[in-house]
Amino acid sequence: MMNNSGASAAGSSSGSGEGSAPRRNFKRPKYSRFTQQELPACKPILTPQWVISVVEIVDRYDSACIPRNMAKDKVAYIQNAAINKTCNRTLKVLKNMDQPIYVYYQLDNFYQNHRRYVKSRNDAQLRSADEASETSGCDPERTTAGGAPIVPCGLIAWSLFNDTYSFKRGNENVMVNKKGISWKSDRDHKFGKDVYPKNFQNGALIGGAKLDPNKSLSEQEDLIVWMRTAALPTFRKLYGKIEVNLKANDTITVTLENNYNTYSFNGKKKLVLSTTSWLGGKNDFLGIAYLTVGGLCFFLATAFTVVYLVKPRKLGDPSYLSWNRSPLGY
Amino acid sequence: MARTGRIREKLRWSKIYTFSCIRPTGSMTADASPSLSLPGPGHSRVVRCNQPHAHRRNPLNYPSNYISTTKYNIVTFLPKAIFEQFRRVANLYFLLAACLSVTSISPFSPVSMIAPLAFVVGLSMAKEALEDWRRFVQDMKVNIRKAIVHKGNGRFGNKFWHKIRVGDVVKVEKNQFFPADLLLLSSSYEDGICYVETMNLDGETNLKVKRSLEVTLPLEDDQSFNDFSATIQCEDPNSSLYTFVGNLEYERQVYALDPSQILLRDSKLRNTSYIYGVVIFTGHDTKVMQNATESPSKRSRIEKKMDYIIYILFTVLVLVSLISSIGFAVKTKFEMPEWWYLQPQRVGDSHLYNLSTPGLSGIFHLVTALILYGYLIPISLYVSIEVVKVLQAMFINQDLQMYDEETGNPAQARTSNLNEELGQVDTILSDKTGTLTCNQMDFLKCSIAGFSYGLRSSEVEIAAAKQIASEESGGSVQNGSGIDYWENGGSSCGSSPEIKLEGGITCKIEKARKPMIKGFSFEDDRLMQGNWLSEPDPDVILLFFRILAVCHTAIPELDEETGSFTYEAESPDEGAFLVAAREFGFEFCRRTQTSVFVRERYPSSADPIEREFKILNLLEFNSKRKRMSVVIRDENGQVLLLCKGADSIIFDRLSKNGRMYEVDTSKHLNEYGEAGLRTLALAYRKLEESEYSTWNTDFLKAKTAIGPDREAQLEQASDMIEKELILVGATAVEDKLQKGVPQCIDKLAQAGLKIWVLTGDKMETAINIGFSCSLLRQGMKQICISPVNKDLITQDANKALVLSLVTEQAVKEDIQKQITNASQMIKLETDPHAASALIIDGKALTYALEEDMKQQFLSLAVDCASVICCRVSPKQKALVTRLVKEGTGKVTLAIGDGANDVGMIQEADIGVGISGVEGMQAVMASDFSISQFRYLERLLVVHGHWCYKRIAQMICYFFYKNIAFGLTLFYFEAYTGFSGQSVYDDWYMILFNVILTSLPVISLGVFEQDVSSEVCLQFPALYQQGPKNLFFDWYRIIGWMSNGLYSSLMIFFLNIGIFFTQAFRQGGQTADMAAIGTTMFTCIIWAVNMQISLTMCHFTWIQIVLVCGSIATWYLFLLAYGESSPLISGNAFHILVEALAPSPVFWSVTLLVTAACNLPYLIHISYQRLYNPMDHHVIQEIKYYKKDVEDQCMWTRERSKARSATKIGFTARVDAKIRQLKGKLHMKVSSLSAQTVVLPPSPDVL
Repeated sequence: MMNNSGASAAGSSSGSGEGSAPRRNFKRPKYSRFTQQELPACKPILTPQWVISVVEIVDRYDSACIPRNMAKDKVAYIQNAAINKTCNRTLKVLKNMDQPIYVYYQLDNFYQNHRRYVKSRNDAQLRSADEASETSGCDPERTTAGGAPIVPCGLIAWSLFNDTYSFKRGNENVMVNKKGISWKSDRDHKFGKDVYPKNFQNGALIGGAKLDPNKSLSEQEDLIVWMRTAALPTFRKLYGKIEVNLKANDTITVTLENNYNTYSFNGKKKLVLSTTSWLGGKNDFLGIAYLTVGGLCFFLATAFTVVYLVKPRKLGDPSYLSWNRSPLGY
Repeated sequence: MARTGRIREKLRWSKIYTFSCIRPTGSMTADASPSLSLPGPGHSRVVRCNQPHAHRRNPLNYPSNYISTTKYNIVTFLPKAIFEQFRRVANLYFLLAACLSVTSISPFSPVSMIAPLAFVVGLSMAKEALEDWRRFVQDMKVNIRKAIVHKGNGRFGNKFWHKIRVGDVVKVEKNQFFPADLLLLSSSYEDGICYVETMNLDGETNLKVKRSLEVTLPLEDDQSFNDFSATIQCEDPNSSLYTFVGNLEYERQVYALDPSQILLRDSKLRNTSYIYGVVIFTGHDTKVMQNATESPSKRSRIEKKMDYIIYILFTVLVLVSLISSIGFAVKTKFEMPEWWYLQPQRVGDSHLYNLSTPGLSGIFHLVTALILYGYLIPISLYVSIEVVKVLQAMFINQDLQMYDEETGNPAQARTSNLNEELGQVDTILSDKTGTLTCNQMDFLKCSIAGFSYGLRSSEVEIAAAKQIASEESGGSVQNGSGIDYWENGGSSCGSSPEIKLEGGITCKIEKARKPMIKGFSFEDDRLMQGNWLSEPDPDVILLFFRILAVCHTAIPELDEETGSFTYEAESPDEGAFLVAAREFGFEFCRRTQTSVFVRERYPSSADPIEREFKILNLLEFNSKRKRMSVVIRDENGQVLLLCKGADSIIFDRLSKNGRMYEVDTSKHLNEYGEAGLRTLALAYRKLEESEYSTWNTDFLKAKTAIGPDREAQLEQASDMIEKELILVGATAVEDKLQKGVPQCIDKLAQAGLKIWVLTGDKMETAINIGFSCSLLRQGMKQICISPVNKDLITQDANKALVLSLVTEQAVKEDIQKQITNASQMIKLETDPHAASALIIDGKALTYALEEDMKQQFLSLAVDCASVICCRVSPKQKALVTRLVKEGTGKVTLAIGDGANDVGMIQEADIGVGISGVEGMQAVMASDFSISQFRYLERLLVVHGHWCYKRIAQMICYFFYKNIAFGLTLFYFEAYTGFSGQSVYDDWYMILFNVILTSLPVISLGVFEQDVSSEVCLQFPALYQQGPKNLFFDWYRIIGWMSNGLYSSLMIFFLNIGIFFTQAFRQGGQTADMAAIGTTMFTCIIWAVNMQISLTMCHFTWIQIVLVCGSIATWYLFLLAYGESSPLISGNAFHILVEALAPSPVFWSVTLLVTAACNLPYLIHISYQRLYNPMDHHVIQEIKYYKKDVEDQCMWTRERSKARSATKIGFTARVDAKIRQLKGKLHMKVSSLSAQTVVLPPSPDVL
């Protein structure tokens, strides 16, 4: 709240800058509640409930989930389909976490925003079954070797993330709800209810996850989330929601399938559990930025005010006109 | 149009005139002088007179009389205009980008590149087309004028100008323009002379006499052309106005032709009822068209500087692209092979991501990057500037205060691309006749027998009196409205009809000063209505009037409606004298070959008596002699020499007993001169019969002498008789300045502008005008540079042609010496108030403009407060303009009204044409046209000032905005492995420049006013912000660019930081590229729009609507775009409604980034306002707090201080006077040391 007022204080101290601009000659100001600053207002008071409290648990598991004997050749490990890649992690809850608790996977050094990658999709094909053969733009993952169109085509779908997580608190299974993790508009309008995966991950190169050919794309929420390409090479994507409260000092066991290859490009993989507030997730930067800018405004406003009080310049003082300042004028 | 039996005027001028009209005696037959057939190249033109059909076939098929000054025609428009458009570097770049956009290299869709380009180029071309169309219409108006042309069998009929062919015989009637270059065959005068006004060619207003060959004189009516045929052989078309070489073969004889038989297109027939002539040159072959240079396309300094900025941005662009492509190549080579999710091994058909050739991919990527970061270079900049300028021009055109009620002409910005240049003018080069003066003389005062008559004051006196009155009243001007004393005209001074000037001149200020009679503003009852008879010396006065009525070369014309006479005089002065004589009761009514008849109403009170004065000789005026005389025999048989001339000349020639009134008269002459009047002294001499006849024999001998020294002999003879004169008095004629000229010059001088006058007139005339418009004043050092002792030189030249080169050299050295001396003198001058004026003659100017001397001349001229160049040719005007323009590097403005000013108008940075009486040439060539000189003040001080600031601010802002936007794309690149992906949707980027940010910036460029127009006029010093270029210097430009850089950093990194990995909504969703891009874009829209609101200091509802509107448009667009099919909107589908709007982070980021971006600028302007305010800031505050109303004293004081220290103009004149008075007072004080002296309040004012 404070930074807000700071900004406006700076604005008014330098009001001479633009204050004199709209010159109108109203003789007497008209009464209105607005100009007299009597508008009805709500007056929020900073109570403890307003303080943002977000709890976040981050667990990096990419190297930990490699058996020690394979640590030297992670890529070979991950590419070997024959090895069972199940891995167990234990997480400690430090603070109470109220449901819903969001489960994210975070990848690092993964260029989902690469132009070749971003372009490699076809919205028309995703939307309607009639357009199944529409694969333009999906290079290089357009068709199978036989020439049949891949649905969904393109690199994005092909490289779908395929690690899976399941959670246990003690012996009790904690369910992860994977419904409703994508944007509703995507489910309703962009991924067709009648479009089913076809020829997907059939080629020589297997990218990421396979899709259930019996589920329409609009139900494949993991895909929908994945297809929303991230802006930065480090990104989180929603995996699901845990709809029970976790208490402080709870121990959570995560059983995960470590399938996705981030080892070729030295990408990290992290599992994140986080609650949210009205501002979203844990976001220190926003607060810091606001405090900095607001503080700066406040400081400047004070500085200008002080300077103005100490050494004021009479507004409209003709002695500041250039011909009065330089002895010879122009 | 057949001749209506009109009697030919029987006048043989050749009999009376001394110098001209003497026909080359004898003609040469073809065989007698074979050398006359013109040889060689350059003289190949053959014209078959009266056989236009002969000129329809080669080789005599010359161009028709059709003229066209358009740049394009229907066929050439498209290629030529497109070529013009793509000469702009930026446009070429965008064209290239558009071409590449259809390939896979492009980061954008083709339509997003092509559409804006097509829009921008299309708009510019439409403007070109419109302007060319206007030129075409103007040409057509000239082409379809009608002329009377011989159609065969002695019948004449009308024909369009453009249909006239070479060889046609045309008849031109009085006051018509010649449709082509003609050979004069015969005229309504018996001896084949005609009068021509060449105003449009060289600006000279006196009439020139042209005469036909003797042999063609019999061709005096329509019928005689039935079987007329002749052949002309002459020079090829060329641009020299004053030469012509050719010969006429007529009835098997060859006659030499010279320039005096040639009538040039666009000059006007005067004082002659009609002439016949044969067409020699048509259309673009005519001398005037050959002189017309193609109007250069001018660009303002700001625009030129803008090019440099664009080059800088190009450099940045290339640099950034290089970084990007190198980064891409490196990433491709070292990292991409690991990125299995891109399937890097499957290259496909493009080389873009080829792992084996990262270098090649890098090069491809360079192109991509160049297109991607193209937003650094604002595509819409040119078109926005164009739109703004057209709107600014519209405001200039619509300005009611530059609308002339009398002629109905508003000011017109003919080319809109120089508006801002108007705000940076440093030197004004002005024509005199028709620009400063109306070329109308008013007889105002006279001094007869040592008494001064004439009560009316000249405009100069009136204005000076008003000024001093207002200064004396301590600045508390009666009219509190803050309007300058100039503006309230005569009306407010009606209350104080008599104002005592320090000089002791009592001047009466009439309420409405309208001369009832054109050319006569004299008002003094002592001389009117015959009252002069009771004055002390009535016989001297009588003589004075007789000299006025007799000593001239004019022809009377009876106005049948009013019964009074009007006079066709060679110069307007003479006309004014005759009108004056008429009003005094000496009406010149008739002229015959030998006599002048004057109807004298006095001294007999009965009916007017017509007296005859026999003209024995006429010694005419020329600029060397500076006098004219007639030798007459009056009715008593007394031979008299009546003489009028420049005072210095006359005073030198007075006899001992003729100096009775010399002291008084010269005092009066000084007063008149001071009042800005043109003066002539009048004198006479009584001649004994024997004395006269001796002289007359000498004179006749001289007159009939053949050979080069005839003129010298004639002059000598004239000298013999024009001596021992008796002074009668002096006349003072007001060369009526155009309305408001002195005031305007004063204001312009106060604004710090230098004014040069370039005129074709005589030196004395020019100096007089200099005085009357306050460019010169008494006490100013006049540095006159002219080749001295010309007579000697010409004589030398005559004696030995070999010497001519040497003398040429001598003249040059002499002028060089004069210039050096003058510069020396100015350097040694210690008095800061001393001012000097440079007056240079055209002849001297030829030398001064030579390569080795011009710098010296220029530095002298720059040191002088005012510069007057007299007797300059159109070409010299242009050369002087070029010298000033290139030598000083400052902006020059040329203003003129006639065709002779065209060169200067085109050469100057800004050409202003006066759309008045004198044809349209000047206006056609000009960039701006106004109908009166005085509108120049408003044009420069108000519109120029505004436009300069507007454009400067607008361009700076434009670059800021595009840098702030374009660089975010680059930063994002670094996060995408330099792959060329843009974070924004294509549509956002198209709309950014074209819609979302264009209108506020246009409103800035069109409506911004730092101070109101009244304040601009009251504080002319504000104008200096333009010539000093305070708003578009590199400091400011770099400042704005840094601001853009800062903003881009803020926008990008704040957004990235906030949206990094975590959820941005309560629902846990993380931001994808579309969300981040859209939020960033929202921040940009807010930041740049807030920035422009901080920049503007003049908000009308339009600005408010446009600024708010463009922010609102963005949200509306986002809404609409989100609602469109996901196939179009892609990831932006429902983005505002579903993802962003419900998220508080989205809104708070917008606020944060907007505040952060504008903080530095806010600090800057706050600091500047508080501690370093500029003039307009302080004035804004004064106005805002209404201090000008509360403290009028301060306001007036500041206004007078705001004047630039100037040495010309009224203000300077008054200042000088006050200094002089102060000096006197000071002396008094020191002498009366014991007494207390009360100083009059006036000196304290300044």
